[in-house]
Parts: sequence; structure tokens; C-alpha cells
Amino acid sequence: MDFQEAQAHLLIILGRLSQEFHRLPGSAILLRYIRSSYQNDPIRSAVELFLVLFAVRYLLAPKYSTKPNYVTLSEEEVDELVEDWTPEPLVARVTSFEEAEIEKRPVIVGPTGPRSKLANGRTVTNLASYNFYNFVSNELLKERAIQTLRTYGVGPCGPPGFYGTQDVHMKIEADIAAFLGTTACIIYAQAFSTISSVIPAFSKRGDIIVADRAVNYSIRKGLQISRSTVRWYEHNDTEDLQRVLAKVTKEQSKKPLTRRFIVTEGLFENVGDLVDLPKIIELKHKYKFRLILDETWSFGVLGRTGRGVTEHQHVDAAEVDMIVGSMAGPLCAAGGFCAGSDEIVEHQRLSAASYTFSAALPAMSATTASETLLILQTQPEILNALRENVKAMWTQLDPRSDWMRCISAVENPVMLMVLKQEVVNLRRLGHEEQQHILQDIVDESLAQGVLITRHKTIPPNPSGTKNEVFTPQPALKICLSTGFSKKEVEKAGIIIRHAITKVMTRKR
Amino acid sequence: MPRRPSNPFPNNSPSIPWPSFSPPAEKGGSLFKSGSGKPSRIAQFFSATPKSKAEAQSAAAALLAASRAQEQLFLNSTTPPISNPSLSLPTISLSTATADCINMDAPPTTLFQPPSPGEARRLAKQHAQFAPLNSQSHRYTSRHQGGEFPEPIMDEPPYYYLLTTYISYLILIIFGHVRDFFGMRFREENYRHLKSRNGYAALNSDFDNFYVRRLKMRINDCFNRPVTGVPGRYINLLDRTTDDGNYHFQLTGTTTETLNMSSYNYLGFAQSEGPCADSVEENVKRYGLSMASPRGDVGTSDIAVECESLVAEFVGKESAMVFSMGFGTNAAGFPALVGKGDLIISDELNHASIRFGSRLSGAMIESFKHNDMRDLEAKLRDVISQGQPRTHRPWKKILVVVEGLYSMEGTMCNLPGLVRLKKRYKFNLFVDEAHSIGALGPKGRGVCEYFGIDTKEVDILMGTLTKSFGANGGYIAADKAIIDKLRVTNAGTIYGESPSPAVLSQINSALRIISGEIVPGQGEERLQRLAFNSRYLRLGLKRLGFIVYGHDDSPIIPLLLYNPAKMPAFSHEMLKRKISVVVVGYPATPLISSRARFCVSAAHNKDDLDRFLSACDEIGNVLQLKFASGIAGGAPPLEHGVTWEMEQSRRRLQKHDKAIKALVTTPRWRFEDVVKRGVQDVKVPLR
Ligand SMILES: Cc1ncc(COP(=O)(O)O)c(C=O)c1O
Repeated sequence: MDFQEAQAHLLIILGRLSQEFHRLPGSAILLRYIRSSYQNDPIRSAVELFLVLFAVRYLLAPKYSTKPNYVTLSEEEVDELVEDWTPEPLVARVTSFEEAEIEKRPVIVGPTGPRSKLANGRTVTNLASYNFYNFVSNELLKERAIQTLRTYGVGPCGPPGFYGTQDVHMKIEADIAAFLGTTACIIYAQAFSTISSVIPAFSKRGDIIVADRAVNYSIRKGLQISRSTVRWYEHNDTEDLQRVLAKVTKEQSKKPLTRRFIVTEGLFENVGDLVDLPKIIELKHKYKFRLILDETWSFGVLGRTGRGVTEHQHVDAAEVDMIVGSMAGPLCAAGGFCAGSDEIVEHQRLSAASYTFSAALPAMSATTASETLLILQTQPEILNALRENVKAMWTQLDPRSDWMRCISAVENPVMLMVLKQEVVNLRRLGHEEQQHILQDIVDESLAQGVLITRHKTIPPNPSGTKNEVFTPQPALKICLSTGFSKKEVEKAGIIIRHAITKVMTRKR
Repeated sequence: MPRRPSNPFPNNSPSIPWPSFSPPAEKGGSLFKSGSGKPSRIAQFFSATPKSKAEAQSAAAALLAASRAQEQLFLNSTTPPISNPSLSLPTISLSTATADCINMDAPPTTLFQPPSPGEARRLAKQHAQFAPLNSQSHRYTSRHQGGEFPEPIMDEPPYYYLLTTYISYLILIIFGHVRDFFGMRFREENYRHLKSRNGYAALNSDFDNFYVRRLKMRINDCFNRPVTGVPGRYINLLDRTTDDGNYHFQLTGTTTETLNMSSYNYLGFAQSEGPCADSVEENVKRYGLSMASPRGDVGTSDIAVECESLVAEFVGKESAMVFSMGFGTNAAGFPALVGKGDLIISDELNHASIRFGSRLSGAMIESFKHNDMRDLEAKLRDVISQGQPRTHRPWKKILVVVEGLYSMEGTMCNLPGLVRLKKRYKFNLFVDEAHSIGALGPKGRGVCEYFGIDTKEVDILMGTLTKSFGANGGYIAADKAIIDKLRVTNAGTIYGESPSPAVLSQINSALRIISGEIVPGQGEERLQRLAFNSRYLRLGLKRLGFIVYGHDDSPIIPLLLYNPAKMPAFSHEMLKRKISVVVVGYPATPLISSRARFCVSAAHNKDDLDRFLSACDEIGNVLQLKFASGIAGGAPPLEHGVTWEMEQSRRRLQKHDKAIKALVTTPRWRFEDVVKRGVQDVKVPLR
């Protein structure tokens, strides 16, 4: 094929192409446009051509990584790096303290209760379970639970959205709402997972949360998931809260309005003390924040009939936007709840992860909670009995111990005992040493037949900034129950006190 | 969504220990009145008289007697049935009796004695939870048949349907905006909660809320349907009506018994009677209702220890931990496993709980295309060679997270592929067996067993006890050293409530039944029925011409609907035929691939599935759902004398010649043929 032949071919092809092009609809307009624009303004055409070429080049360009300082490597280099990479083991080794903890884990044989039998055959006084009203061994409740079992089976086998909502769930929701005096309520399958999903259902990136520094792990995880801006105030310090609220309001005054929340607890899990709700309500109204109140430890405990902080401090529950609580603690069933307005509850049904994407609560637990709630309402004297027992234990421990003091509120059946500051200072005790001492006290009490525990915690966000990390002081945890007579409480109190003294004096 | 402006269950008289349901003033009829002549369960429940002495005999003795009886039966016939197959159900059975569903193994009965009414009622209740097996031939063993990991073929509908789907969404969105536009001007009170009010920002803005308000609300009656009773073979829906466009529902007081194609009751352990329920009853009597303490304190009971060792043994790991919620297991598990400087590589379709936990952990998160090993490998090469962003320090460790069986897709993870990659790239592997445990493998031990892969290859086996075992909660199983560490560093152990004795004993007895330790033969029957049912239904749907996703042995079968309007239509048509199904659309699935999702159970028998297939057939015709092109199965059966292997090699040759397209036939079987050929074709590789 010589040159001329090729040229002829090319011409034919070009002719065909232009024919085809003319046949395309709209080609005439395009040609006219190009022609006219070239006549009027050749520079413009040049610019347009350039733009077209640039667009083509941009579209054809290989996708480059948006990651900063990406290193381009050859396949061999990658192979080598893969070869060289040695990962760390999946988990670190257990420390000796942890190993001891695993070994000493008390295993209860048979039912838990005021007197519990351990795997080593000993029967001990159990001051470690949240069996406040001794519902665990209530025969009527068991009978009801068995009736439920014979009607519903155990698990609902599906999330609430997909045929997992049973009538008993609707009933306990209505029961709690009526009990608290809110319009609506939603239940979750696990108390611990409740608030971590409630918070992010409402508070998103850009929203503002002001939280007490001592809030529990579950709340902290909720704050973390929400990606909101979190501001902390000093634990239970309403003045500091006011300062933070004022500051946030001032900072945000020029920006578009975002959702703002105050998050705190009724009885604090880590510290045991009580919130000042009326003051917080006042501030919330003043600065127009919504209030999320975690009543996990106060629902079923505080107030005349156990309605929680709202009843105890004479606040209308409707003033609190969301009350989050547990049916696993005082109610001795399982699961958690969030009570509030209709709008708040219905919103969670679609957007609270641990509600939408998790199986519903077993029917047996739902009916048990309904039952125990009713007992609280109809027999409020059991709440007084519990308070009497707490008082009896207080007098045994707090004023009489040289070493420890109770940091819980006097109404709190979970008594947290910490080493006195003088003792800590005098002996220069770090957190770890305190934990060791407390573990020795726990062991010593157990040897004397009284089962108590340390208040175990894990750091919520080890990689967080200093401001975010709150480490509660190591504490002993003593849980009271109406299952004990006053005598028994006093006796147990003496044993614990002696155990404290023994450990503290031995250490010297 | 049900709303209760006033409390419909007032705690009226304090003297009654159980608050009685008072008849609501509005909307006539008691809330839980018996429907359609049948006393509703709740009515039975609340009027329950104390059990007679004879009935209340010790559950242990009953259990023993039951297992004796079962053993005896086992000796007599080869496999004892779980429920008595002798009685036909008084309930709806639409299935046409065809040649192959006659009970071949029923002993010849010479004298027919009608059962007493009490006996008949008992059997009806039993069968409403767990169907009698029609024939011993309706069993199959769930096992990977060797060879390459079968990549499921994703069929696509004609473009017309994709186009109309997009147009439907467009119309819905435009309509929604138009309604909003006028609503905000003329019906302001309805929009108040979406706007800032006296200094408070809206809890959810109208923009965030648009999809829910304008699209989901239209079909809201297909979700959150309240139920009562056991979610077994049948499920009882509480009927409800709405008079404000699905914003609020009123219970009518009646119930409807529907065939349950929606609960995760894979092995049919959702039962209120039988050995599991008996042992639960016994343990509730013995242990009470709760351990009233987290596991980290004193919430560990001897049954919890027993449960953990049973779970560990069952899944094939040294040690295990159980928790009271599956979601919480992941949410608390990841922060204990990984943290800063670590990397999680997660399948893009992983469950919300995995994403929740990963985000809490503080590790970096990457994702790869669903089940795409090539994408995963490319990711791995990239991240290992690049190291941590900015610093380029090597990663401390890399955790690849997949699910055993995906609950919206019906696909299994490519475990053989993952293990191959793991050898080379040294990452740690986490498999969430929420849906696969109990549902896959010859002995129900999950994906590892299904693919015949040693569980040593997987570092962490997580799963939930909510599904196959009819209980609640989740577990993590791994080497003892790992579990020991997790016991002290895992928030679920330290703060989460411990599982209740009732739940634990349900798990324990379910595991014992599956492994054959008690009531020998029953566990095997459940497993094999599930495997048969899954394949039977999938094959049937393919042959009828539907597009279904997922692997052949998966008990989760999504049927593609595409058009958004077909979701409520499908759900309603099914409900009309007394079948409850789950429909899902955006955002749980990609925008175009709205689907209905069926969960097959061992509690179904072939009659149920035939009834269901016939319903699908009818609805499929009416709603034009038969899109399948044939590339994903449903082909005519092989001719006589042609084996599967011959067919395979022929196909391979064809593929070589690129002639495959021409030979695919569009599957549009008649329902009768599907039923006729079903049983025999289930046992050979599906095509
Ligand atoms: C993969 C996966 N993981 C975890 C869960 C959560 O389990 P549970 O329902 O027990 O909370 C589910 C359930 O929907 C799931 O599908």
C-alpha cells in the first residue's frame, strides 16, 4: 500500500465521517454555532476548544488518591512490605491483676439472692447484686413469667420493626409512660445499650451537648457516636454548668440555631451522688437546652413510689425531655427505656440504632417489668424498707471508719466507699494501689462470708484528650436489699468494717 | 406506628396484681378481643387458670419422659418426628396435595380414631408453632459441595423497570415537596415540630425528615406490625387500622393468624412448649428471673458458665462469652479488640452493630465491596504498604470484619477466599455469625462448618443467640487467652446486665438438642428441614421467574421488587393471603433494589412453602414481578441421562464459545410443575 492509496483511503473515511456527522440530529446547529463563533471571535473558540480538551483530559485522568502524602510503590515493593509487616497480637496479655480477677470471679450456684451459694460450696451474704427489693425470689413473679413463657416462648425472633413488637411490649411501654407521667415511652432490649443509641438519634454533627464530667460509660459512648460538639461541666456543679451554658449561648449566637442538650444522670453511676434537678431545669429553660436525664440508677429507687429523681425532687417529668432508665436494675427484669413526648419516642423507632437493628426484648422480661412496676406502685412501703436498710449500713460504715467514707447519696442503695483523701495522701496511693487495697478488702470480706465488689470501670476513651478523661476514684460497691433484716445488715456492716480495718492495718 | 395519646392500659385497680386491660372507650371493641372465633392468645393468657396439678408435674420429669419417648421412637423408626404428623391442621392450608407430598412414612393406620377435642386443640397449638414433617424426603444437608466459592449471579430486570423505578421515586419526591410547600403555608400546625420554636432548634429538621415523612409514612402499615404469641410457623398479628394516613394506628381488637415468613426463627426454636420451654420453666422456678448484676460483678451463675462452655464447644473454639444483647456484643466488643493505630476493614454491607462498634473503638475504618475478594486484596496491599495515614507507621494490627450470612442479601461470606488472603496478609479475621450460626453447616455450626474450614482460621467468631436459638443475646468465641482478656476489658461484661436465667436455659437446651445430646434426632431433623426448605423455596421462586439474591443454601431469600409502590402492594397482597412478609427499601437497600425478604424456618413444612409459592405466583403475575432472565437459575431440568457434571462441562465449553447468551431460557414455570419437580431437584445442585 503506497502513500497515495493511503491518502485516498483517508479521504474516503473522512468523507464518510462528515456524512455521518451531518446525519446526527443537532449537528447542523453545532456547526452553525462553531462557524459563527469563529467568525465573531476566534479567541473565544480557542478558549472553548481548550476547555473541551481540558474536560476530556480530566475525565480520562487516572483517579488519584485524595489522601495526603500517598506514596506510589511498585508491586514488588508492596510485596516486600506485606512480607515484612508483622502485626501485634490481637489482644495484649492479661496482667497479673486481671488474671487474679478472672480467677476470683464469684460464680453463684442456683439463684442469686440475699444468701447466695457460691461455686466453692459456701453460702454467703450477698451485698453485691442489684436485688434491691428481692424480686428475684418472688414466687408470684415467677409464676407470671412462666405463664408468659407458655404463651410467647422466649425470644421474639426479630427486631421490633419486623414483627418483633409484641403486645406485652406495648403494654410495658404504656405502663412506664403512665407511671412517670410522660406521653410515651420506648423500650430497648438492653439497659446498657439504651442511652448510647438515644443520644445519637437526636444529636448530630454540629449540635451541642453539655455534659456532666462524671457521666457513665454508656453516655460517653453515646456522645462519641453522635459526633456532636461536647462541652463538659464540673461534676454536679450547677454554677459551672451555668457558666458553660452562657458561654455556649454566646458563642453560638451568630450561628444558625442548632440542637442543644444537657446530659446528666439522676444518681451517678461512678460517684453515687444525686443531681440537683430543679436547678438544672431552671437553667435548661433559661438557656433553651433540652435535657436528657439518665435515671438508670434512680428509677425505681428515689421518690415515694420509685418514680425517680423527678418524684424525689418534685419536678414534673414532662419538664425533662428524655428520661432514660433501666428495667434491669430495681425492676429485676431486663432492658432499658426512654420516656418522653410522642415525637421523641416515635423518632427513636426509626433512628435509634440499638432499637431498630436489634431483636426485641423477650416477652418474659417485659411482663416481669410490668409486674414489678405495679408492686412498686401498690406497695411503696418496700421502698422505705430499703431506705431503712441503707441507713443501717451507713451508720455501720461511714461515721465509724477511719479509712473510708461513703460518697453515695444517702438514698442510694448502691453505696460506693472510697478511701479517705487523708489516707490516700498520707500513703501516696495511686489508682492501682487503691484498687489492690480494695480488692484485698473484697477478698477479706468474702472470707468472712460477705460478698461485696469493687466498682469496676474501664476508661471510656483512653485516647481522648485530658479534658475528656474522667477517672472515678476506685471504690467498693455495697448493694443493699430488702431481703435482709436490720440485724443482718448490721452484722454484715461490722464484717465489712473489720475487713477494712484489717487490710488497712496490715498494710502498714 | 402505634401511638397512645392516653394510656390504653391503665393501671386501674391496685388490688389486682396484673393490671387488667380495660375496654377502651373509643373505637368499639375490647383491645384484645378474640378474633374470628378463635380466642386470642392474650385473652387465654390473662384468663389463665392455675395449671392443674397433673399438668404442673415437674418439668424435669416431663423432659426425661419426653426424651425417653423420643428415644423409644428413635429406636422404632429411624427418625422421630418433632411434632406429631398424624393430624391435619384445622387451619388454612392452601396447598394442593400433589403426588410427592403424601406422607410415605406414616405407619399404616387401620383404625381411625378421631382425637378428643382437648387433644386436637393441643396438637393445633403445637402445629401452629412447628409444622409436622410431611415426608422424610423433605430433608437436606447444608454443606458446601466443594469447588470454588459460588459467586451468586445477580440478575437484572429489563431497563423499563429500572427506569420506572427512578421515575416513581422522582414522582414521590416531587409530590412530597409539593405537599410540603402547600402544607407549610396552609396547615402550619402540622409542621411546627419541624421548625425552630421559641429558641429551640427542631428535633429533626424537615430536610432530614423528608424521606420518612413523605415516603416511608405512605407504607408505614407494613412495618412495626404488632404481634402476639409465639413467632413460630404462624404468627398472630394484632389487626390495626389508621384514619390519619398511617401516623397513628388503632388496634381493632382482633388478631389474624398468618404464615410467618419473616421471623429469624431458623431452627424453629420459638416454641412455648417442648423440651426447651420445659427446661426454661424449670430454671425460672429454680433461678428466678434475673441475676441482678453485671457479669463483671456477681452476675455469673452456674448456668451462664455452662452456657459459655456449650457455646464454645458448639462453635469450635476454646472459650466463649455470652451477653444479653447481640447488638451490644458488637458495640462493646470492638472497643475491647482494637483501638488507635489499628485498622478495621469492613464489608460494605456489614450490620449496623458492627459499624457502631467500629466507630466506638477509635480504630481507622476502611470498607471493601461486598464479598469482593479482589477489592479486599487491593485494599490490603494498599493499606499495609502505606501504613498509617500521615505518619506512615505500620499498622499495629488489621481486623477484617465480615458477616457469615448477610441478612438483606442472603449471601454468605467468601470464607475460603478470606482464609487464603489471611495466610498472605496476616490480618485478624472477625466473623459475625448472627444469621449463620445454627442455620448453616451439616450440624448447624455456621459458615466454617459449611465450607469445611477449621475454626482456627478465624480469630473471633461472634454471633447472636436471638435467631436460630429462639433466645436473646450474643456471644463472642475465641482462644482462651483472647477471651480471658476480653472478660476484663469488655464494657458489656463490666456494665451490661447479664443474660437472664430463662434466656440462658433456652440457649443451653437448644444447643443440646442441636448437638443431639438430648432428644436425639430432633436437632438433626430441624437442621435438615431448614436446609431443604431453604433450597426448595429458592428453587421454586427462581423457576416461577422471580429475581432472588443470595446463595442456594441460605435461609434468607430476598425477592426483588424494584418499584417502590410494589413494596406495600406485595405486603398487602400477602397479608390478604394471611402471610406475613418483610419488605425493605431505601435506605436499608440501594435506592432501586427494594425487596421483600423471606426467612425460611425449620418450622415450615412443604405444604407451607407450596402455599407460599402459590401466593407468590399469583401476586407475581398481578404485580409483574417475574423479571428473571434465566442467567441466575430456574432453567428446565436436565434431560434424562445428563448428569450435572456433563452439563457443567458443556456450559464451560459454551462459555468458551461465547454462545451462552443464546441458550438461556427465561424461567416462567407453571406453579404445578414447580411443585411436581421441586423435591427431587432440590437434592441436586440447583440450576
Ligand atoms: C449481623 C448481625 N449482628 C448483630 C445483630 C444484633 O443482634 P441482636 O438482635 O441480638 O441484638 C444482628 C441482628 O439483627 C445482625 O444481623
